[in-house]
Amino acid sequence: MPTDRPTAAELVEAVREFLADHVAPNVEGQLAFHTRVAVNALAIVERTMAQGGAMDAAELSRLKDLLGRDGDLAEMNEALARAIRTGEMDDQGAAVLDHLRQTALDKIALANPRYLTPRG
Amino acid sequence: MEAAQDPGKTAAEQLAEVLRDRLAEEYGPGAEIEGLVRLSGGASRETWSFDAVMPDGARRPLILKRDPMDRQADKQFDGVPGGRLAVDRLTEGRLFQLAGAAGAPVPTVPFFLAKDQRTTAGFFSHRLAGEALGRRILREDAYAQARPRLAFQVGHAAARFHAIDRDLLPPMRGLPADGELLHYRTIMDSFHQPHAGFEYGFRWLQERLEQAGDRYALNHGDFRNGNILVNGDGLCGVLDWESAHLGNPISDLGWMCVRSWRYGYHDKVVGGFGDVSEMLDGYEAGGGGRVDPAEVYFWQVFGTLRWGILCMILGFTHIDGEQRSVEYAAIGRRAAETEYDLLQLLD
Repeated sequence: MPTDRPTAAELVEAVREFLADHVAPNVEGQLAFHTRVAVNALAIVERTMAQGGAMDAAELSRLKDLLGRDGDLAEMNEALARAIRTGEMDDQGAAVLDHLRQTALDKIALANPRYLTPRG
Repeated sequence: MEAAQDPGKTAAEQLAEVLRDRLAEEYGPGAEIEGLVRLSGGASRETWSFDAVMPDGARRPLILKRDPMDRQADKQFDGVPGGRLAVDRLTEGRLFQLAGAAGAPVPTVPFFLAKDQRTTAGFFSHRLAGEALGRRILREDAYAQARPRLAFQVGHAAARFHAIDRDLLPPMRGLPADGELLHYRTIMDSFHQPHAGFEYGFRWLQERLEQAGDRYALNHGDFRNGNILVNGDGLCGVLDWESAHLGNPISDLGWMCVRSWRYGYHDKVVGGFGDVSEMLDGYEAGGGGRVDPAEVYFWQVFGTLRWGILCMILGFTHIDGEQRSVEYAAIGRRAAETEYDLLQLLD
């Protein structure tokens, strides 16, 4: 991947800051709402670029343990989904649930980390 | 004949003409339309608020809900005949009337709007004073007296509209519990995105189907904090009947318990304002009989999974190009939140 600075991540950050600091304060209504949504979406991309690789590696390692074999992440996830549906994983329920919860936590850490903070 | 927007007029101008003509039929000539404003930015429905002012000065605050003028076809899914469970506007308005007659608090629907070359079909309702935004209901001092009553009141209201004689209901689709599970699983499959977390939820529900109970009645279909109108005294209106269908009615009670409608007030399982036991006391007082909390739990799990699938639907509505929208794209990722909630509920 030939590239100079700013890196892809730094460009996404620049666009997010532009939308948040220069566009959002100057629009209103539906456009302001969609601008905030766009800012949040770019933040997901930034977090994914920073943390996604390590999360993928950990997920793949857990899948190997659960399924007892090797494969790529997409194919292993598909195999797990199919095995849960057919009941093949029923006798490993607790281990499957642990894996799924960790995976869901990682997804939220990327998509909306504030979700797990109590509000009111 | 499809309703079309006249390019020479704004949407509000064209609608005001339609409203004047329609109100003349109901109230006599000379009704003026004041304060016409569109409430929802939603793409799938149009909701308008206005006052009809009669020549003698009498003022009638009204709401019009109609199909959108620039209607997109409802999203269809491979293997799911008819797509999502939903009713048309005339049916929805009729359900307001039936629910009101059955003793549930709903705004009165005095008359309808027929489709013609100027407008899509819709129905009118009296505009009640109250708050529908879930966050405000849970946070603002004005509802401090109302909040402790709401769980009982939503249970009571649900029992009333669940009791509507099925022979009185307009035609609508219906699915027993196993059919509803299959409905959402088939929608998920149509996206060809394997989802181990949601599979685990489907498996859990499938293995506990008897826990769903065997009731079958009108379902509101979107009975949650956000679709109820609340004033200082408590519940004053059950809104948004567009997802109504026949099915297990305890599904409505479980949906009210989905974590997403608690807006952070997670210790109050029912809508962020109350407990399941209060809701079930209200349900019994409303004539719904005693409900086993395990049934509600089954439907809370189902509801959490269903909300996840609905997030996927919106995400794929963007991805598949039916409606390109950064908002829909972002909602697609909210499926992770419901997946987390779902897995917390399971064993």
